[in-house]
Amino acid sequence: MRDPLSKRTVALKPSGIRKFFDVVNDMPDAISLGVGEPDFDTPWHIRDEGIYSLEKGRTFYTSNSGLMELRREICNYLNRKYELKYDPKSQVIITVGGSEAIDIALRAMIDEGDEVIIPQPSYVSYEPCAILANATPVIINLKNENDFRLTAKELEDAITDKTKLVILPFPNNPTGAIMEKEDLEAIAKVIIDHDLYVLSDEIYSELTYNEKGHISIASIPGMLERTIVINGFSKGFAMTGWRLGYACGPKLIIEQMTKIHQFAIMCAPTTSQYAAIEALRHGDSDVAEMCESYNQRRRYLMHTFDKIGLPCFEPFGAFYAFPCIKEFGMSSDEFALRLLEEEKVAVVPGTAFGDSGEGFLRISYAYSIESLKEALGRIEKFVEKLREEKNNR
Amino acid sequence: MREKILQIIEKNSRVGVDEIAIRLGEDEIAVANEIKAMEDEGIICGYHTLIDWEKTNIETVSALIEVTVTPQRGQGFDKVAERIYNYPEVNAVYLISGGYDLLINLEGKTLKEVAKFVSDKLSTMDSVLSTATHFVLKKYKDHGTIIQPADDREKIMP
Repeated sequence: MRDPLSKRTVALKPSGIRKFFDVVNDMPDAISLGVGEPDFDTPWHIRDEGIYSLEKGRTFYTSNSGLMELRREICNYLNRKYELKYDPKSQVIITVGGSEAIDIALRAMIDEGDEVIIPQPSYVSYEPCAILANATPVIINLKNENDFRLTAKELEDAITDKTKLVILPFPNNPTGAIMEKEDLEAIAKVIIDHDLYVLSDEIYSELTYNEKGHISIASIPGMLERTIVINGFSKGFAMTGWRLGYACGPKLIIEQMTKIHQFAIMCAPTTSQYAAIEALRHGDSDVAEMCESYNQRRRYLMHTFDKIGLPCFEPFGAFYAFPCIKEFGMSSDEFALRLLEEEKVAVVPGTAFGDSGEGFLRISYAYSIESLKEALGRIEKFVEKLREEKNNR
Repeated sequence: MREKILQIIEKNSRVGVDEIAIRLGEDEIAVANEIKAMEDEGIICGYHTLIDWEKTNIETVSALIEVTVTPQRGQGFDKVAERIYNYPEVNAVYLISGGYDLLINLEGKTLKEVAKFVSDKLSTMDSVLSTATHFVLKKYKDHGTIIQPADDREKIMP
């Protein structure tokens, strides 16, 4: 029989996060600090609005780009929060989570052989989606000493004649790094000089812990027409299971994305779209409350790392910390596996997010303070044991 | 800082000063002083425990009693409210707008005890005109806490 599979698909590595959690599911007393998902339920008034839409019988397709009412609310929200001006009729598309938006943006913009610059460590889907879109991924390995920000120099060095698109994943999963205005201005200059486009994945934009808050690269002069902004409801509004995200950008690109979306997806879930309208209209205080709660856990986590003596740059975004474990002389995979086996704490090895994650762990603090306390206690014990082993050698 | 301290200990009064300080990024002594000050000012009135007595084998009865009263000259409702709230079995007393005047929450050991309080103590007060007693059959949520959480929901791992 002929091989039924596509070589390109077979060659893709499965997500390093998933691989790890298949092990965890079989361990009842394990504590996980691994999942990249809010521990909050979706605020009740948002769920209630979803239920209400079902009761009303709103169970049909929406237009391909999504409900006009929702697109309008998204434009208001982006304008209010990040000073971004989009036309709801032609510059917004509602997608099945931010993930779909990443996929269709790449497919709409890339021709075979175009190079897409992907800074890593970063979310696991950029590279495979780029490959599936026939792009040649070019990886920039972000550095701990830069607090895992992307510098203009690093970007400049990665650009070739074939470069078309730069993926900008900030606030960053897995490092928690953010980009401040000056950082973005420097990047924008390089982008404009080389006539490139940006895919800015801002799914964690609501979760920043410095005073200035999140800044979108699209708000830098000259960048709105070169940027696809991707955002969604999963992280900020604790709506992961609703599968709802969106992309905003130049009409030209959104039009082509809508075409792919139309054939592959039809439209994002209708119930979720109605719930999302409520989230944008009346969800500000819920988001603020959750953000404050994450911030308290973040401080607690950083305090404990400091106490244990695990070096970790201070993350100002998302809900992850990225401590360095190089002192123990083992790989991230090995460390994470032993930590799971010996102390029953699950974290994700940094290498799941790219080779430059070697020597680091992703620790999510989207867990209750009680779970964090217990897990950090176990990590402390483990670290002490490793240090003792090392001294006895 | 006050508002954030109160939000933390309103949910869990057993959180230590050291942990509050870490979580808020504040100095431990400053947090301790702030809590002490709020205790002195009567902002923090007590540290109670929320108990679901249903799950114990100790019998309790909870009742809500609507009371209409004649306000007294010069003292309004305060005097009669005071006479009521001084009974230790009275858990809460509120002055209410609408169809009646005071709402009392009473925690008794038995039905009989509650009935006795209403007939002997409450109804016989001079300014009390009428009472209507409602017994609580089931508590779903108390002090912002859902008493029997729906643990049938599944968490799906990504």
